[in-house]
Amino acid sequence: MGALISFIAVIILTLLAYGGVKSANMQAIFGIVLPYAAIMTFLIGVSYRVIKWAKSPVPYRITTTCGQQKTLPWIKQNKIENPSDAMGVTVRMILEVLLFRSLFRNTRSELQDGKLLHGSSKWLWLGGIAFHAAFFTVLFRHLRLFTEPMLLPLHLVETLDGFMQIGAPRLLMSGVVLLGAAMFLLLRRFLIPQVRYISLPADYFPLFLIIGIAVTGIMMRYVTKTDIVSVKELTMGLISLKPKIHQGVGAIFYIHLFLVSVLFAYFPFSKLVHMTGVFLSPTRNLANNGREVRHINPWNYKVKARTYEEYEDEFREKMKSANIPVEKE
Amino acid sequence: MYDRGKVIAGIIIFLALVTFPFFYKTGKANVQIEPKINTPVIEGLSEKKCVESKEFMRANHMQLLNEWRDAAVRDGQRTYVASDGKSYAISLQNTCMNCHSNKKEFCDTCHSYTGVKPYCWDCHIAPMEAKR
Ligand code: HEC
Ligand code: HEC
Ligand code: HEC
Ligand code: HEM
Repeated sequence: MGALISFIAVIILTLLAYGGVKSANMQAIFGIVLPYAAIMTFLIGVSYRVIKWAKSPVPYRITTTCGQQKTLPWIKQNKIENPSDAMGVTVRMILEVLLFRSLFRNTRSELQDGKLLHGSSKWLWLGGIAFHAAFFTVLFRHLRLFTEPMLLPLHLVETLDGFMQIGAPRLLMSGVVLLGAAMFLLLRRFLIPQVRYISLPADYFPLFLIIGIAVTGIMMRYVTKTDIVSVKELTMGLISLKPKIHQGVGAIFYIHLFLVSVLFAYFPFSKLVHMTGVFLSPTRNLANNGREVRHINPWNYKVKARTYEEYEDEFREKMKSANIPVEKE
Repeated sequence: MYDRGKVIAGIIIFLALVTFPFFYKTGKANVQIEPKINTPVIEGLSEKKCVESKEFMRANHMQLLNEWRDAAVRDGQRTYVASDGKSYAISLQNTCMNCHSNKKEFCDTCHSYTGVKPYCWDCHIAPMEAKR
């Protein structure tokens, strides 16, 4: 059900862009206004969410660990799985962000002949990392539409990406991997009953949206070609804040761009903010130094304290007359 | 806010990365790309026309080249009949580059602008041009 709604939503978005450009000539809306609005929403929205997260108190360390904590000198500490200083945390975060290390530890449990078996399960990790790496590569290669003169590594990446030299324009592998991995992640939600049960429209919509973006991009490159020089004139106009619509750019480009705009605008409001969230996860980014360092709970209210000296000052005479010993005469 | 310095630094890095194209050499951004077609062969044509229409060539020339290559190398078919009925010898060097003998001012202006580097010239010989 959630899948169907999301799928229909993406189809409607596609038709909206197609109709808007084909029959209502709204190139300026889909090519200029919406991209600007989307990027502003993205930047402001993501910054806002990060600041909001950062404002929440972190009264003590809730690091999740799976290794020996720092202790007596003759017991070997696992510096990455149980970091006690900034160095360990940094290494841990790098492994987490670039290699999805905690997902690599994914396990699966199932009943076999009445026995509960636990086993390692790497498919989600593989699909996830293929998806994210391909997405990043594709996005990075897109910089060729946004930089003039060209950034140096762009040619290198494109040569590596297309080194199989299939066809002309040559097949870029990352685009294919992106589509394949997104399909895998979608099928996973369809086919595994437990995962299907917990899947919401908010899970399906980004997947369909990204699949839509990948399909329109691949179509634009290999099937319904469009004039890339005019496209680049349009994108360069956008980033130099002198936007201009160019004739000869096909509807397929506006569909691609509109779906991307929707993705960017939707980003801060959806689960996709995990892109920045991963850096702010307290179970990952804190050193496990709960006993080494004193952490003060920020919501402890200020206790109104009265020292003994103040007490004695007030009652000294009375204490003396009752023969209670005082510290100051 | 905890770790205020680190969070603000992170946000600034994020904003800088995303908006980096906006700051990267925008002065030269709005150049007009006009591939030059003033070669001797084209000047001598009665009708200044490419193999197919200009719009088609702009977007689809790489696919046309791919079809030509497959036709010549795989099927041994070495003439191409264009949609207007004219026939052309299928050859990158002797047909395309005969008319477009100014590769640097024609093919390469577009390609360097859009960041494509066709690898065809690893094997095929580019027309001789005066170095500028
Ligand atoms: C008979 C000479 C001739 C041949 C052969 C020829 N071209 Fe052209 N080409 C032209 C002319 C003339 C134009 C300009 C057309 C116009 O302005 O309408 C042109 C335009 C183009 C354009 C569009 C340039 C622009 O400014 O948008 C491309 C791309 C192109 N040719 C590529 C090729 C390729 C690739 C081949 C080989 C498959 C080829 N041409 C073969 C004469 C030729
Ligand atoms: C109007 C600008 C323009 C002109 C002129 C032009 N090209 Fe291109 N060419 C492009 C663009 C843009 C691409 C990249 C298309 C893409 O990425 O989908 C390209 C791609 C190619 C490719 C495929 C590259 C790859 O990655 O595999 C080949 C081959 C090619 N052009 C050959 C030529 C030749 C030969 C000429 C000169 C006769 C020429 N082009 C003239 C714009 C142009
Ligand atoms: C590994 C070397 C090599 C590379 C790289 C290469 N070719 Fe070729 N190409 C050949 C050879 C060899 C032939 C066969 C020549 C013949 O039979 O006349 C050929 C033939 C062709 C032909 C038909 C015949 C002719 O004379 O032109 C076309 C068109 C062609 N290539 C286009 C391309 C394009 C476009 C690219 C770049 C995307 C490219 N080739 C890259 C080696 C290469
Ligand atoms: C979330 C961001 C985006 C994703 C995931 C994406 C995905 C893709 C994919 C998979 C392709 C196929 C070719 C390839 O593998 O490179 C492609 C092509 C293309 N995309 Fe995107 N895209 C994104 C953003 C954009 C933006 C912002 C623009 C322009 C404003 C754009 C314009 C294009 C163009 C013009 C092509 C055709 C390139 C060619 O013919 O060589 N894309 N895109």
